[in-house]
Amino acid sequence: MQVDEATVRRIARLARIKITEEEAKGLVKELSGILNWVEQLSEVDTSAVEPMTRVVPIELKKREDAVTDGGKAKDILKNAPMTEDGFFVVPKIVE
Amino acid sequence: MTELTKLTLAEARDGLRKKKFSAAELTQAFLEAIAGANPALNAYVLPTPELALAQAKASDKRLKEGKARPLEGLPLGNKDLFCTLDLRTTACSKILDDFRPTYESAVGANLWDAGAVMLGKLNCDEFAMGSSNETSAFGPVISPWRRKGTSDKLVPGGSSGGSSAAVAADLCLAATATDTGGSIRQPAALTGTVGIKPTYGRCSRWGIVAFASSLDQAGPIAKTVQDAAIMLKAMASHDPRDSTSVDTPVPDYETALAEGVKGLRIGVPKEYRVKGMSEEIDKLWSQGIAWLKAAGATIHDISLPHTKYALPAYYIIAPAEASSNLARYDGMRYGLRETGKDLIDTYERTRGAGFGKEVRRRILIGTYVLSAGYYDAYYLKAQKVRSLIKRDFDEAWNTVDVVLTPTTPSPAFAFGEKSGDPIAMYLEDIFTVTVNMAGLPGISVPAGLSSEGTPLGLQLIGKPFDEATLFRAAKAIEDAAGRVTVGERWWEASTKPGTTAPAAKAKKPPAAKKTKGRKK
Repeated sequence: MQVDEATVRRIARLARIKITEEEAKGLVKELSGILNWVEQLSEVDTSAVEPMTRVVPIELKKREDAVTDGGKAKDILKNAPMTEDGFFVVPKIVE
Repeated sequence: MTELTKLTLAEARDGLRKKKFSAAELTQAFLEAIAGANPALNAYVLPTPELALAQAKASDKRLKEGKARPLEGLPLGNKDLFCTLDLRTTACSKILDDFRPTYESAVGANLWDAGAVMLGKLNCDEFAMGSSNETSAFGPVISPWRRKGTSDKLVPGGSSGGSSAAVAADLCLAATATDTGGSIRQPAALTGTVGIKPTYGRCSRWGIVAFASSLDQAGPIAKTVQDAAIMLKAMASHDPRDSTSVDTPVPDYETALAEGVKGLRIGVPKEYRVKGMSEEIDKLWSQGIAWLKAAGATIHDISLPHTKYALPAYYIIAPAEASSNLARYDGMRYGLRETGKDLIDTYERTRGAGFGKEVRRRILIGTYVLSAGYYDAYYLKAQKVRSLIKRDFDEAWNTVDVVLTPTTPSPAFAFGEKSGDPIAMYLEDIFTVTVNMAGLPGISVPAGLSSEGTPLGLQLIGKPFDEATLFRAAKAIEDAAGRVTVGERWWEASTKPGTTAPAAKAKKPPAAKKTKGRKK
């Protein structure tokens, strides 16, 4: 699978990562190389195989539907780059 | 005081109980060793001497009162992927900046509740993505090992390179580590230490910075098999906060060691004899087979036909899960923020500046394989291949108890030797990654030295939750091979004997501009 520069830019946009012109060019080669390499999986016949969804066959535990945690607003805001009056401050998103 | 730091975890435990030395003396010896060695090795990114001495003092009190817990007073290193209460946790990435968790990881809490002392946070590859520790935002860790007669800087392996280097250089008794594709076993092999990745679900992942959630698992790196057994017993637990952690009792691995390997069935998979494997590794493998045979085990040829597909499938699944997990680093709630002209621009600048090259590369691969139209062709396909890899092992367990392979395809390499080519670096994990894909336990045990005088390791793979048998088999190899320790302690040359080394300082997080906000 050969990816082009436009695809790299589209992916970077989806991933919300700023990349420079130069990086985009390098990534075309690197991503194409990796995608070509993983292409060998197409040799494997998986038509009758279920995808693996868990490592050990255990039933997920259930617990009572009750509040077990909370009241930690201070903790949650402690590492925020910007806060005000108990809220996160983020760039304006609605004009 | 070097003598105290050279003790194994088990020896130190016995010494403390017999009052040969105090926990404070032991801890002080390690703190001095760290201060002397860290400028050369860069193993610790945040030494925590005050916390360590306070914990040691509390341990001495308990020891005196006869209330010692299993790891009372034993100084450990903690990989910087484990969240530590009020102490900077970075995953060795710029994007977490000065993040100070308001909680302790489950594994960390288990260790401190067992009486262990934390010496500091250990360096690793950024978000545990790497096999050489070259991707850390704090700079690489230097292996205490050197090739015979040279002073080239070698890699300590990765991602748990700080853990492996610190244990090998006697800068802690043992260390925490994590393994997503080989990040415990490969660094252990390259530094002459013992590393075990337990069964997926054996240790809680709660409070560990996530990389690929269906593969990540915590485990110890230690000096001996016995030490690793003691460590895993303390680290493992069921934890309701990690729904994948398994509620099954943790056996006493240390007592299991005495059982030996008589009658144990060892499988040797032909598919691991890969092209380009060094002759030395091949010889080492045969030697391992001979040792286990001599100890009373029986040897059986087995086939794991889908082995060659494990690595390419891994490099779909791990980046896909990483791209999802790392979406949380958006500069809004914690960590670095680079303000741009609008919200999207702020996200892009923050993530562009905060993530290193390898992490960006993997997020992009992951984003690509999960993007519209590609999910079935890549992620779903890889998960199906994963089922086949697991099935290979399930069938093998009908005839054998343990599988023996080399840990790595080659001995330790020098800096830069593989960093130019991502796939060459990914091949480091060729023997270890199958174990994560199948969720099985795997241990690397030192088995001798290469012609260059650097350590080589053998890997044992076990049935789910059968770590006890792995420890027994690893012990048989350790008994036959003998422990390997670093000959020349070159990193100590700069500190004169008798003088007190300056207190180790916390490494500053690498420069990254950040928006000053109004903090409450």
